[in-house]
Amino acid sequence: MTKLDSKIPAGHISEKWTNHKFNMKLVNPANKRKYTIIVVGTGLAGASAAASLGELGYNVLNFTFHDSARRAHSISAQGGINASKNYQNDGDSTYRLFYDTVKGGDFRAREANVHRLAEVSSNIIDQCVAQGVPFAREYGGLLDNRSFGGAQVSRTFYARGQTGQQLLLGAISALNRQVDKGTVKLYLRREMLDVVIIDGAAKGIIVRNLLTGEIEKYSAHAVVLATGGYSNVFFLSTNAMNCNATAIWRAHKRGAYFANPCFTQIHPTCLPLHGESQSKLTLMSESLRNDGRVWVSTKKGDMRNPGDIPEDERDYYLERKYPSFGNLAPRDISSRAAKEVCDEGRGVKGGDAVYLDFKDAINRLGQHVIEERYGNLFEIYETITGENPYKSPMMIYPAPHYTMGGLWVDYNLMSNVPGLFVLGEANFSDHGANRLGASALMQGLADGYFVIPYTMGNYLAGDKPTLVKTDHPEFEKVAKEVKDLTNKLLSIKGKRTVDDLHKQLGRIMWDNVGMGRTEEGLKKTIEQVRQVKEEFWKNVTIPGSGDDVNQTLERAGRLVDYFELGELMALDALDRNESCGGHFRTEYQFEDGEAKRDDEKYSYVSAWEFAGENKWNLHKETLEFEYVKPAIRSYK
Amino acid sequence: MSSFTKFLNSSIGKKLMMAVTGSFLLIFLIIHLIGNITLFFGAEAFNGYVGALDVVKPLIRVVEVVLLAAFVLHIFNGLKLWIENKRARGVNYKVNGSPENSALYSRTMFLSGSIIFIFLVSHLGTFFWRFNVYDPMGLANIHQYFDIVVYFFGIWWYVILYVIAMVLLGFHLNHGFQSAFQTFGWNHKKYFPLIQKIGAIYAVFMAIGFASMPIYFFFFYGGNQ
Amino acid sequence: MEAKKLNLTLKIWRQKNSNSAGSFIDYKVQVSPDASFLEMLDELNNSLELKGEEAVHFESDCREGICGTCGLVINGRPHGPLAKIATCQLHMRNFKDGDTLWVEPFRAKAFSVIKDLMVDRSGFDKILQAGGYISVNTGGVPDANAIPIPKEISSLAMDAAACIGCGACVAACKNASAMLFVSAKVSQYALLPQGQPERYQRVEKMVKVMDELGFGSCTNTYACEAECPKGISVTNIARLNRDFIMAKIKNKEVEV
Repeated sequence: MTKLDSKIPAGHISEKWTNHKFNMKLVNPANKRKYTIIVVGTGLAGASAAASLGELGYNVLNFTFHDSARRAHSISAQGGINASKNYQNDGDSTYRLFYDTVKGGDFRAREANVHRLAEVSSNIIDQCVAQGVPFAREYGGLLDNRSFGGAQVSRTFYARGQTGQQLLLGAISALNRQVDKGTVKLYLRREMLDVVIIDGAAKGIIVRNLLTGEIEKYSAHAVVLATGGYSNVFFLSTNAMNCNATAIWRAHKRGAYFANPCFTQIHPTCLPLHGESQSKLTLMSESLRNDGRVWVSTKKGDMRNPGDIPEDERDYYLERKYPSFGNLAPRDISSRAAKEVCDEGRGVKGGDAVYLDFKDAINRLGQHVIEERYGNLFEIYETITGENPYKSPMMIYPAPHYTMGGLWVDYNLMSNVPGLFVLGEANFSDHGANRLGASALMQGLADGYFVIPYTMGNYLAGDKPTLVKTDHPEFEKVAKEVKDLTNKLLSIKGKRTVDDLHKQLGRIMWDNVGMGRTEEGLKKTIEQVRQVKEEFWKNVTIPGSGDDVNQTLERAGRLVDYFELGELMALDALDRNESCGGHFRTEYQFEDGEAKRDDEKYSYVSAWEFAGENKWNLHKETLEFEYVKPAIRSYK
Repeated sequence: MSSFTKFLNSSIGKKLMMAVTGSFLLIFLIIHLIGNITLFFGAEAFNGYVGALDVVKPLIRVVEVVLLAAFVLHIFNGLKLWIENKRARGVNYKVNGSPENSALYSRTMFLSGSIIFIFLVSHLGTFFWRFNVYDPMGLANIHQYFDIVVYFFGIWWYVILYVIAMVLLGFHLNHGFQSAFQTFGWNHKKYFPLIQKIGAIYAVFMAIGFASMPIYFFFFYGGNQ
Repeated sequence: MEAKKLNLTLKIWRQKNSNSAGSFIDYKVQVSPDASFLEMLDELNNSLELKGEEAVHFESDCREGICGTCGLVINGRPHGPLAKIATCQLHMRNFKDGDTLWVEPFRAKAFSVIKDLMVDRSGFDKILQAGGYISVNTGGVPDANAIPIPKEISSLAMDAAACIGCGACVAACKNASAMLFVSAKVSQYALLPQGQPERYQRVEKMVKVMDELGFGSCTNTYACEAECPKGISVTNIARLNRDFIMAKIKNKEVEV
């Protein structure tokens, strides 16, 4: 059995990355163009990696299923990006960002990775400003900051409510520059359907050309996956419609370990459901909690309109339970608290929603200030719900949003498969069991701009420049398997639609692998997921052909992987007999309902090895906390 | 191709050409209107004005050549743009939603321009040609320009045509005026509404000014025919 | 609590691929007023799939109005009848029971139809690749606060940078001109100090590619601004014009 080697460099935490950068091997500038690197995904991690590797002189092939690189879902991130610049003179530092992130992750992240993330966070802001990202500024012309959940300093940089968009467009501009120079070749409307492993190392990928249906083979010296998370396993999530786990899942089935699949984040501030036809959930940036106060009625099934509920009959439950962090309590805690009050029947009109009220902030600061800060978010709210949030409080409810789990990677961001690197949300490394707000953008860009350019060179320096040809038998074999899967899907011709089956899976996952998980529920989930999967393979209908644009086929292919991933999530949640971060096992809680972590038994990363249908082997990477000593994570 | 012709063939170059020639024509119209106001002061005033222009004939000829060039470039370039822009759409929409997102006069520059062009040809044929080249009635030879005006503005259908053309000229100018500023890059959030207002006043003034002449002549001199 | 459903007739453009001719097909649907326009199409597609018919192909992704993937012309209006939203943010409560809705793809020679309501907008990327960037490599840049930028300037740059690249400006323009899109990117960089070194080369390169791709010329109808989901202002087009003219005056021998 392979032992997981996280390759954490020796030395003091603050020197590990510096030493490692020096110790890593380099590729001679003249030789770089002889190496081909495949980057899958054009989000923050993918685009920044492709651009940076291209700048270094490597020959980069960058793939996305979108019609344009700029559409990647990073674009939807609203609130901001953390960096320990300490521009506000409020006591921030690399160490504090490191500390907050490890604590925020409920002591399930790798310290060395998190410290590196905090170290490079400042460089990211510098880089983005140089690219022309129009961050919010103060009247003096310097950069502005706001506060975010899980931190007591103001370290979040933002560009209105469109920070993800601006950062992504910045990265895409760097990418476009390399495309113009010819160092990066962009392959649009290509969906990665498999990875090709030759002699134990990743040597290429198989993609489907979404316009022609053609199965194409691409060979490279290394493959970088930056394909995002898997929240869409729940069907309803804040992820974009096309976000999927296919790239990482197919890599997992070829040998890459999947780490901490049960660590999923449920975002506390999303818009509630409107009905059966709902296709996705909309996030309202967490930054709203800076000025909005979260409350519900003190009574069960209170059918009064919010304006008719007097102050003394309102329960500002976050402020009550967590006086020092109040409405800015971390996401997992806020989400669970919302679920609790709704389960008690105290949600909005007895349903699944809580109020987010700006009345006090408007009275204190004036409507124009609130408009300035959140204008576009308020507009989005009104467009979707038809209600004016300046007049009546917003209604919000938690929704699946981010997945901390992902493919296992070592300190170099390489999976256990040599040559297969995984960046951004697609890997598991930095956020532990819960991600803090404004940290996803930071991690995506850190991985792409400032980590992979170094660690990739270190890997390639030990590889021969000769490129495997795509007519290699292994390429042929994997391509055939991909074609067979497509044909199999098209041949079922049953009676249920892909969406219908996906919704069924989503409900099972949300009920049992959502905010509250029990041993019984998880065991049941594994059975139920297998049943839906079986139903899918017997009874799904996919009209159209495989030689043409076929969006139904695309969705079906992604759903195939969600069934297996859903099962593994339940399995992982079942294995982890503790509550930590986004993983809340109802059996493991303190009397006051707070999560009860078990550091003695579960201070490890669960890395699952695929061992055939419905079978996985668990490998454990023990987590050492030398600097931030695990403690009960209190935000009271 | 020289860099200048390349520039003129670029999309912005073509816009600029429209704006430059258009602006020149905007100024010309002001001068033209001021001169023609003499029509309201009777035969003597007008004939005197036309006669006075005769004195500086060489200068007038130079201006006329520039004017001709401006018209030709404006019209030719406008036609070219119209054809290219039609082609850029490809397939037309089944439902046309443009009334909801743009002003009618801005979308009909080609139509208003075409009708103004037809008017221009007849205008030149009647007045310019007879004043300067050949007048079958022999009035121009004896400097009775005023009577030529009286003659034409006594024809009812000619007056109607003239007035319609002037309304369309107003439309054309209303868009053209502010459009030229936009093309030159002089669009500022603070001042642009003012420019648009001035443009509208200018357009209305020109349309009423030029249309008032045939109407005035038809009703006050029309009986003479 | 569910509100009364709306009965609608949809006339949707169906086209097998870019080489075949398309036509409008009628569909009757019943939809909740709380559903979004695209959710209505999802429901329609599920009913078609159950009958073994191919789904109506349309593109969408984030469904929050930021990715710019979606874009339909509804009753002649890109992104539908409301201002400042993308198609995915359009909700059915804005329509009346019994309405007939014509649903067409974005039309432009430079945006060929791929299938049904899907169009090819890759021209936009080609324009950006020609120069829509500031040439800085990763690393070695000055501190983020080294150059103060006045709040108004940064805010104007942000207004321009808000463009989502959906193509509604081209779809709305009677000339299928891409000027608003191009001007938004040009303006963002022209306003910021970081964008100055390449300011005039950039605008020349981008306009050149824009022209080559067959987009029409701007005739200042401002339909683009009216239909832009992010309300990008045509003052950006004025800035583009100005910079382009300046570039032609200033740049002596620039290889573009």
